Amino acid sequence: MSEIPMKRHTMIAWMEDKPGVLNRVAGLFRRRNFNIESLAVGHSETPGISRMTFVARGTDRDMRQIQTQLDKLINVVDIQDVTNEPVVMRELVLVKVQASNGNRSQVMQIVDIYRASIIDVDLDSMIVQIVGPEDRVESFVKLLSNFGIAEMVRTGRVAMVRGGKSEKQVQMETAVLGHSNGNQQ
Amino acid sequence: MSKMKTGGQIVWESLLKEGVEVVFGLPGGAILPAYDDLMKYEYPIHHVLVTHEQGAAHMADGYARATGRTGVCIATSGPGATNLITGLATAYMDSSPIVAITGQVPTSLLGRDGFQEADVQGVSLPVTKHNYLITDIKDLADAIKEAFYIAGTGRPGPVLVDICKDVLQASIEFEYPETVHLPGYRPNLNAPSEDSIARAAVLLNEAKKPLIVSGQGVSIARAEKELRQLAEKANIPVATSLLGIGTFPATHPLAISWGGMHGEAYTNYAMQDCDVMFAIGARLDDRLTGAFDTFAPNAKIIHVDLDPAEMGKNITIHTPVIGDALLTLKMLLPQVQPNEHPAWLAQIADWKSESTDRDIIAQETDELVAPYIMRQLWHATDEGDATVVSDVGQHQMWEAQYFHHTKRRSLLTSGGLGTMGYGLPAAIGAQMGLPDEEIWVVAGDGGFQMTMIELSTVMQERLPIKIAIINNGFLGMVRQWQDVFYNKRHAGTPLFNPDFVKLAEAYGIAAKSVTRKEDVYDAIKEAQAHDGPYLLDFQVEEFTNVYPMVAPGKSNADMIRRPMPNMEGEE
Ligand SMILES: Cc1ncc(C[n+]2csc(CCOP(=O)(O)OP(=O)(O)O)c2C)c(N)n1
Ligand SMILES: [Mg+2]
Repeated sequence: MSEIPMKRHTMIAWMEDKPGVLNRVAGLFRRRNFNIESLAVGHSETPGISRMTFVARGTDRDMRQIQTQLDKLINVVDIQDVTNEPVVMRELVLVKVQASNGNRSQVMQIVDIYRASIIDVDLDSMIVQIVGPEDRVESFVKLLSNFGIAEMVRTGRVAMVRGGKSEKQVQMETAVLGHSNGNQQ
Repeated sequence: MSKMKTGGQIVWESLLKEGVEVVFGLPGGAILPAYDDLMKYEYPIHHVLVTHEQGAAHMADGYARATGRTGVCIATSGPGATNLITGLATAYMDSSPIVAITGQVPTSLLGRDGFQEADVQGVSLPVTKHNYLITDIKDLADAIKEAFYIAGTGRPGPVLVDICKDVLQASIEFEYPETVHLPGYRPNLNAPSEDSIARAAVLLNEAKKPLIVSGQGVSIARAEKELRQLAEKANIPVATSLLGIGTFPATHPLAISWGGMHGEAYTNYAMQDCDVMFAIGARLDDRLTGAFDTFAPNAKIIHVDLDPAEMGKNITIHTPVIGDALLTLKMLLPQVQPNEHPAWLAQIADWKSESTDRDIIAQETDELVAPYIMRQLWHATDEGDATVVSDVGQHQMWEAQYFHHTKRRSLLTSGGLGTMGYGLPAAIGAQMGLPDEEIWVVAGDGGFQMTMIELSTVMQERLPIKIAIINNGFLGMVRQWQDVFYNKRHAGTPLFNPDFVKLAEAYGIAAKSVTRKEDVYDAIKEAQAHDGPYLLDFQVEEFTNVYPMVAPGKSNADMIRRPMPNMEGEE
C-alpha cells in the first residue's frame, strides 16, 4: 500500500467553560491515539465559552476523526478546521538566553531584527519575548541557541480567521445563547 | 406546601418525572441518604437489590435494550461505583441508554483520599457518553434531566451522575426543569441531507448485486418496518451485524443471516461480492468486516449512521448518509425503484445451499452439541417467540447462528465489549421491563460463573427466567483460538465447574442436567412449563468449535470452514 500523506492541521474548538472539560478533551486525544503537537486554551469573546487552538498531525481520516469525535463531547460547542482558511496564527515564546557583556549587543541586534523584545536583563542572561507566526519564531529560537538557551517556554499556536464572523460562528453563538438549540422534550 | 426537598428526594422525584419505575442498585454510606429518602417518602419506584454492582449496570442495560427505555442503576462511592464500570463500558460500546447514579464522599472530603473515595468521574470518563460530579444541590435536578436527555437521544449511551453525600443531605426548593440547555449537543438535527439520499437511491437503483447490512441503529430508530419495505420493494437481500439480529426476520426469504468472524459463509460471500452495500445503523467494526482494507472490495458502500464520527472511521465509504435510520428510510423509499436481481439472488441461494450441506446439524452424530440445542430451543419457543440473552463465547455464536430471531429486540448480547457475565443480569433487567415475555439466558459455563451470584436476585424478584448453560468444561472460545492458532496448547482454559444443578437448588431454583440429544426438547418444554425460574445444565461435547471462522486481521473471504461430512478437516 502506498504511504498515506500526513499533514499538520490547525483547529479551533469552542467549549463550555466547565470543570473537567479540558480533561475530557485530553482524555479523548489520548484514548483515540490522536497526535497533538500544541494546544492553547483561554477565554473567548462569549462568556462561559472557552476557545482552544490546537495543531494536530495525521491523515485526512485522522483529521475527520479528531473533528467528529471532539464534536461528540457534550461540552464542545463547535469545532473548525482552519488549515485552509485565511488565518492569522501567532505564538508567544519566552527565552532565557545566555548573554554576558561580550555578546549582549549581538543578542540585542537579533532581537531588534526580529521585532522581539527584551523583558528582563541579568548579569549573564536576559529574557526575550517573541510573538509571531511559527516559522519566524523557529528561526529566532535557532539563532538564539548559538548563545545558549537556559530556559524556554512556548504557548503553542493560537489562530483566528481573517475577516467578519463566519456563518458557523454566528450559528454557534445563537446556540450558546439558547435561542435555537431546540433541546426541548 | 413547601417545595423544599433534600438532594435524596430530588433524585427520586426526578426519576419519577422521567417515568422510571424500577432501579437496580446496592447501597453504601455515601448514597445512603438517597436510600433513606426512598423508604421514608415511599416513592413508587421499585428498587431491585443486586448482589454485585456489575450486575446492576448489566440489569439497567438489559432493561434498556429490551424495552427501549433508559435503565437506571445506583451504587455507592468508591468500590460500589467502580464495580459499575464493566457494565457502563458494555453499554457504551453497544449504545445502550443507562443513567447511573452514584454517591460520592462529601464535598469537604473531595480529593483527600478519604474512606471510599474514588475519582468516579475520571474513571468513568472514557466509558460514558457524558458524566457529572455534583457538588452543589442547585445543579442536581438539571444534571439528572440532562443525563436522561443525553442517554436516550441521538446515539444512546450511558451517563453517570456522581453526587456528593452532603448534596444528598442538603435541601433546596425543587422544581424539575422543563428544558435542557446543552449548546454542544443537538441530537434533534438528525434528518439526512436530500443530496445524500438522492445519491444513495441512484446507487441502489443501478446496482446489480446490492446488499443491505442492517445494524442495531435500525432497532434503536424503530425502523424495522421501513427496512423491510425497502428490501421487498427492490428485492435486496438483507444481512445483519450481530447486534442487528432481529432488525429483519431471519426466516424472511430475503434474509441472509449475519456476517463477520463467525457469520455464515454465504453471508460473508455476499458481503465480499456485492457491488453496492447499504449499511444502515451498523458501525462496521472489525468483527463484522474482517481486515478493513479487504472488506467488500467490489462495493460502493453507502453508510447510514446518526453519528458522523462513524463515517469512514474504519472503512472507506462511497456515500455517507448522516442521519436517523427511520428518517433515512422514509426519505429513501419513494426514490428506490422496484427491482428483481434474479441472478444475484440465485448466486446467493447457491452459496446458501453449499453452507447448508456443511451445517453441523446436517451431520449425523449422537453427540450433544450446542447448535442442536439452540435449534430445539427455537422450535420450543414457537419458532423464536422469546427473548434470548446470550453471554459471550462459543455458545453466543451458536445461539446467533441457530436460533432464528424473528422479533425485534429479541436477542440481547454484548457485542462490542464482549463482556462475559452479561447474560444473567441483563436477562433480569429485561424481565423486569417485560414481565410477560419468555426470557432465556444462554450462557457458557465460564461466563455464567462470573455473575451467577445474581441468582439470588432472580429469586428475590421471583422472575421466571429460564437458563440454559452450555457446559463444555472449557473457556470454549479461547480454547478454540488455542486449537487454531496456538497448536492446541490449552493454557488456562479447562474449567473446574461446580455442580450447576445443586448450585441452582441452593438458591431454590429448579434445575436439571441434560446429557443426551434425545432429551433436549423435552427438558426445554419442562423448563417452560415450570412456574418460576429453571436452570438447564447442558453437558455438551467438549471440543466442538464454531465455524466458519475468520482469523483476526484476515479477510472475510478467507474463512476457515467446517469440514464437510465424512471428510477429514480442511482447516
Ligand atoms: C470478562 C471477560 N473476560 C475474558 C474474556 C475472554 N473470553 C472470550 S470468550 C471466553 C470463553 C468463554 O467461556 P464460556 O463462558 O464457558 O463460553 P464458551 O465459549 O465455552 O461457550 C473468554 C475467556 C471475555 N470475553 N470477557
Ligand atoms: Mg464453556
